Amino acid sequence: MEINEIIKAENKVMARPRLLTDAHMHYCPGCSHGVVHKLIAEIIDELGQEDNTVGVAPVGCAVFAYKYIDVDWVEAAHGRAPAVATAIHRLNPEKLVFTYQGDGDFAAIGTCESIHAANRGENIAIIFINNAIYGMTGGQMAPTTLIGMKTATTPYGRRVDLNGYPLVISDLVAKLDGACYVTRQSVHTPAAVRKAKAAIKKAFQNALAKKGTSLVEIVSTCNSGWKKSPAESNKWMEENMFVKYPLGDLKDI
Amino acid sequence: MAKVKGAVEVNIERCKGCELCVVACPTGVLSLKEREVNDRGYHFAFMKNPDACIGCQSCALVCPDACIEVYRLVDPTK
Repeated sequence: MEINEIIKAENKVMARPRLLTDAHMHYCPGCSHGVVHKLIAEIIDELGQEDNTVGVAPVGCAVFAYKYIDVDWVEAAHGRAPAVATAIHRLNPEKLVFTYQGDGDFAAIGTCESIHAANRGENIAIIFINNAIYGMTGGQMAPTTLIGMKTATTPYGRRVDLNGYPLVISDLVAKLDGACYVTRQSVHTPAAVRKAKAAIKKAFQNALAKKGTSLVEIVSTCNSGWKKSPAESNKWMEENMFVKYPLGDLKDI
Repeated sequence: MAKVKGAVEVNIERCKGCELCVVACPTGVLSLKEREVNDRGYHFAFMKNPDACIGCQSCALVCPDACIEVYRLVDPTK
């Protein structure tokens, strides 16, 4: 059978999500951000919330998220996305409000806002991309950096006596009464992408049902910061990141 | 039993040559062009072995730039 016979509109099973804009993403080749953007665009479309969604973009690599997904966005100051999302949701309680944050935004400068938004049980969904490094500024150590991991600011590896321990913030959030759904996922294989999509969809549905704060942590790669190829990064993540950040649901009520 | 045939279409100008689709493909269909690049200088993905494609969408799922579209057809003649 010829390729031309297969490539027909009626046989199409997977297309580019309708809500992704035509803008060329600025992310490095193989970056997990692109996959998560794609999932968010698909889910908002599936839930029919295109006109009812407000995203809050972070500071970090995903700062231009508002250019790539065709819904309403607000750009928050560094780390303050959950606080901004709180205000948006309280003023517009029927809107689907979600934040999209990296580990430098959610677990470092924005720890206060993250923890307190979850503790208040704000009806928002938080997508948290954890790649254990500050990607945008050049691969410096983040609070989530693993012990012994080499970064620009820990060239001999992260040391406990000097830099402390990695912050497992999703476990902290899971302990809070306001959080209704806390899960840790990844997007390194097709199966993991499907699971991550189900998790993000559930978080968005929880936000719409006003059940409390939902946190979806996506353990991700930063191949530029880790100085590896995208495929090697995925392997390194499986061998090292998943030991400290095991995948699965931490809380689901 | 009818045989499932698949095919993918890569938006080569959007492809960044990260090779994740090549790794994800269970039947070894995809590969990166070794001697050709797109306008941005990336070695883009293409169907090197199109007959093996089963339309499983694994490549499209892991593609960070959403540049792969998948087609699937059940071949009644097989």
